[in-house]
Amino acid sequence: MAEERFDAIVVGAGPAGSAAAYTMASGGLKVALIERGEFPGAKNVFGGVLYRKQLEELIPEWWKEAPIERQIIEQRMWILGKESAVTFSHRNEKYKEPPNCFTGLRVKFDQWLAGKAEKAGAVPIYETVVTELIHQNGKVVGVRTDRENGDLYGDIVILADGVNSLLGKSLGVHKEWAPDEVSLAVKEIIALPKEKIQDRFNLDDNEGCTIEFIGDTFGMAGLGFIYTNQDTISLGVGVMVNDLKKKKIKPYEVLDSIKQHPSIRRLIQGGEVKEYSGHLIPEGGFTSMPPLSGDGWMICGDAAQMVNAVHREGTNLAIASGKIAGEIAIKAHQAGDYSIRALGEYDRSVKSSFIHNDLKKYRGIHGLFKEMNSDTLFGSLPQALNDAAYEWLLVDGVFKKEKQRKAVRTLKSAAGGNMELLRLGLKGWRAING
Amino acid sequence: MSQSIEERLFSIRYKVADQSHLIIKNQETCLSCKTKECNFFCPADVYEWHSDQKKTSVAYENCIECGTCRIGCPDYNIEWVYPTGGYGITYKMG
Repeated sequence: MAEERFDAIVVGAGPAGSAAAYTMASGGLKVALIERGEFPGAKNVFGGVLYRKQLEELIPEWWKEAPIERQIIEQRMWILGKESAVTFSHRNEKYKEPPNCFTGLRVKFDQWLAGKAEKAGAVPIYETVVTELIHQNGKVVGVRTDRENGDLYGDIVILADGVNSLLGKSLGVHKEWAPDEVSLAVKEIIALPKEKIQDRFNLDDNEGCTIEFIGDTFGMAGLGFIYTNQDTISLGVGVMVNDLKKKKIKPYEVLDSIKQHPSIRRLIQGGEVKEYSGHLIPEGGFTSMPPLSGDGWMICGDAAQMVNAVHREGTNLAIASGKIAGEIAIKAHQAGDYSIRALGEYDRSVKSSFIHNDLKKYRGIHGLFKEMNSDTLFGSLPQALNDAAYEWLLVDGVFKKEKQRKAVRTLKSAAGGNMELLRLGLKGWRAING
Repeated sequence: MSQSIEERLFSIRYKVADQSHLIIKNQETCLSCKTKECNFFCPADVYEWHSDQKKTSVAYENCIECGTCRIGCPDYNIEWVYPTGGYGITYKMG
């Protein structure tokens, strides 16, 4: 690579990086978009939901040209017991216009979004790993890659290098994530005929359904998911790495167990597994977010822990942060100021956006999980709820008054008594209303 | 419909580099490690302790580059970098 100067260098061509590169290239900046995979998306995995709103602010009516799977009209939440489920769901025709969200697959989607950045003028540099940042007088002035003569210089470096963010760590703005700040998700894409998917999930052409579930994760803090694609189903489960360490259970064994659950088994019956994948998810949220900018750099998306686990939102936070960083970079370029003074505007913009505000609302979740036993929250409580529901609906001659007493008793004892149940309720309420 | 880990990994395309991007810093640390958690938490079964040879083997060619081992090893005994550009896994769907 010849030594070249760019106005901005973006590390990582996922949703955050491509959104930043697209914004800056559209604004006339000379942008390099670096990706370590064979192509953008080659290394990337998510559960599968893309939201309309944030990307629409960058590319109007993007879903009409982007490779999406299905438009989600129904969302289900399941609380699983060993061979049972308590469920809650919402289906609404209003989610069709305007659309709320879609299922998608990252290999196609990330290539499309990076392609938009390329068309806007960003220079793609793929199959290239950034091994370190180049500093000069305390400022980030470029990147060192694993290509021969692979140093690239730029006024601004945008780090969108994903959850592992080795570069973020090298900057010292945040330390290595602790095992309780990340979860490991494993996922399978299971092929089924389109008609079968639509019949099993009660859908018309192009309509999609999502299911999230807790319970049945061997008492580990975690969340499972089933998302409908055109002719595949994405089935996966994410569990906190600290719990995985304790339990000594293989991640794919959790997946195997879930696939046997009576509520799930029939949904995927006869399907063929097309792909297995695994990825870390940032779970630290608000309390784990690092400073977002410094002299010559900004950090976006997963690399900055921008995931709202409660609402399973991630790609939209990534895209929004990339867009904001791109806009700040354009301003900095116009002013010729790449210092923390100018780029600190990025921190302030994120602070006034939904990213900061939504993550702040749930900032207590991390502490709640830390304090509470995962076995209780994700094992005995979901099971107790199922046992209570079973008793309540079973007609066996026992007086209803006694049934109610029994159901309440089941829940209380799972929580560890009256006071504990009350305390958990209060703690839970505070955790989601920070 | 449950598959072995070999069958699962077979669904991913790999371009294997000559050199491992995962390095055990010190096998003595593995020897004294009581939990050997890496033998369980890795989603691709990369790590295996061999008590006869007193060492942890690293099947880096199976690695799906998630990063769990870097964070999960109780002694932070695994040096973890990305495979060289263009090497490692390539998902078909993601």
